[in-house]
Amino acid sequence: MRMKILIVEDDLEAAAYLSKAFRETGIVADHASDGESGLFMASENAYDVLVVDRMLPRRDGISLITELRARGKDMPVLILSALGQVDDRVEGLRAGGDDYLPKPYAFSELLARVEVLGRRKGAPDKDMVYRVGDLELDRLAHEVKRGGKEILLQPREFRLLEYLMKNAGQVVTRTMLLENVWDYHFDPQTNVIDVHVSRLRSKIERDAERPLLKTVRGAGYMIKDEA
Amino acid sequence: MLHQLRILMKSTAVRLSALYILLFAFCAAFLVIYVAGMSANFLREQTQNAISAEVEEISHIYEVAGMNGLVKTLERRSRQPGANLYVIAGPSGDFLAGNVAAIQPGIMGDPGWTDTPFRYERFGDENKDKSKLQPHMALANVFVLPNGLRVLVGRDLGEPEHFKVLVRQALVVALGVMGIGALVIWFFIGRNALNRIARMSDASAKIMAGDLSQRLPVVGSGDEFDRMSVSLNSMLGRIEKLNEGLKQVSDNIAHDLKTPLTRIRNKATDGLARSSNEDEYRQSLEGIIGESDQLIRTFNALLMISRVEAGSSTAEMNDIDLSAIAADTAELYEPVLDEAGLTLKMEIAAGIHIHGNRELVGQALFNLLDNAVKYAGDIEGSAITVSLSRQGENALLTVADEGPGIPSHRYEDAVQRFVRIDESRSKPGTGLGLSMVEAVTALHGGSLELTSTKDETAENKGLTVRMLFPLIAA
Repeated sequence: MRMKILIVEDDLEAAAYLSKAFRETGIVADHASDGESGLFMASENAYDVLVVDRMLPRRDGISLITELRARGKDMPVLILSALGQVDDRVEGLRAGGDDYLPKPYAFSELLARVEVLGRRKGAPDKDMVYRVGDLELDRLAHEVKRGGKEILLQPREFRLLEYLMKNAGQVVTRTMLLENVWDYHFDPQTNVIDVHVSRLRSKIERDAERPLLKTVRGAGYMIKDEA
Repeated sequence: MLHQLRILMKSTAVRLSALYILLFAFCAAFLVIYVAGMSANFLREQTQNAISAEVEEISHIYEVAGMNGLVKTLERRSRQPGANLYVIAGPSGDFLAGNVAAIQPGIMGDPGWTDTPFRYERFGDENKDKSKLQPHMALANVFVLPNGLRVLVGRDLGEPEHFKVLVRQALVVALGVMGIGALVIWFFIGRNALNRIARMSDASAKIMAGDLSQRLPVVGSGDEFDRMSVSLNSMLGRIEKLNEGLKQVSDNIAHDLKTPLTRIRNKATDGLARSSNEDEYRQSLEGIIGESDQLIRTFNALLMISRVEAGSSTAEMNDIDLSAIAADTAELYEPVLDEAGLTLKMEIAAGIHIHGNRELVGQALFNLLDNAVKYAGDIEGSAITVSLSRQGENALLTVADEGPGIPSHRYEDAVQRFVRIDESRSKPGTGLGLSMVEAVTALHGGSLELTSTKDETAENKGLTVRMLFPLIAA
């Protein structure tokens, strides 16, 4: 099923660019240009994900989310903000937002996050064992096996793989990895994450015939069994 | 006059003084009147008791010694100095004997206590002025003997009346003195306060006109006005400093952001003019995106520093485990060091907690490690040491490299925004890393210090960045 999202953004040019870019990836994107109409549309229609600008005319993004949550709407919300500060992020998440992206952002980053949010809604995270191809990760026993053979990972490498496999088939960006594995919310700027991923890759792909962990150019990483 | 009064009454000091004067005057008047009333009552009660006792005595004397004895006793008592008043009258009230020359009519006809003080005339008074009944006030008890004669026993109230006059005078004097004193104090305090407020208003006006170096006058008396001036002055100092920072930032923006903007523009123009196929267009566009990203980073870093420097009110501060942050961040960077051929050494004491913001401290440490890899990465096999220890009241977090280091006279410059010691700018960077680290330590109430790792004269003396954070008081 195609994902349907609502973009609440007052910059019409940015909104048009986003809608077009989302449509090209197969996501249906509606647009509201102020907080009040955004709230109305989000209340009346079923959207998989909301992309909400922090500063909007007639009703700001935070108030929109608070009101939406008060009305019992629990669709995931991603906040876009030009402020991009630590405390601003905290405020947005506290109001009921699910993710936060400071402006300016790369579309690939936004797309990756929207896709992860949209899928999270459907599948509650109750699997104890993640499987991709012949790669197996047991979350309870903290065990990783490739083709039945156990692979020893450092705790952080385990968490890195766990996050990648939880979002198998989806692009995961470097920033998302830094956030979810190390719990830091700044732009890593350097190749720190790449080095960690390549270490992980060397461990899990050592004797494998088919590579599972792929680098998505200009976006991030994805773990997927192509077969 | 009325207009001036109205202006005067607009001043809080004057209004308060007036209110206090009124309140005190009311209290004083109430007190004096109350005390006077109590005293008068007390005196009257005393007099009545004395008279009652004497009446009883006289009744007794009459019973024992008869009319003769009574008259003798009264005569004897009359002669004593300051004697009471005695009158014996017939059943119809006609005067028979006594030490009173004349008495207000009707007194003798009504047995019992006289309800109100009455007038009478003493012997001897008539010599001075015969025409008037001298108004001596007295309180008396009239009682009837078994034989029908009436006896009056009374006491002159001259003294109590005099007492009341005295009290009244005291009241007038007290109120008068207080009123004058209050007016004087009111005048001086009011004037003083008004003057000082006027001076403060003048200074504020100058400050508002843009002269942030102005300060409010401090007299040195340590009173409320002084304390207010002092705290407002320190506030002004802070505002001035922030303002200077802002000015510096805008100067820097002008200089260091226009340069990359120009580069972007040049790249775009160049790409447009020279590209002939898709590959060339793509290449120049990618170049532009790269430059823009760098510009965005600079901008973000700059905003973040200003935000951090603006104060602690915006950043959420918690009890954070500095040991865990140091270990996490070092571990995060370890593979990068490994790839660059550097060794990571960790000397991290466990369980060190500070009051702070994890994100900011983490990012500061991240910046330092990034710098260390950037500048010491060329020295193959050298070590980068992350250490955390307790230093008295502080936690000391250091990142030490064994690279070329910074000339010792440039340590202070290195912390400045956009200053890059590496003149050639061969390494990528914004020139904001250490500024951000300094802002973060300052936000946490700590300090930043740069030294060399080895001896200053060593070839690769290295750079050691020492961050001090106050420990959470146990």
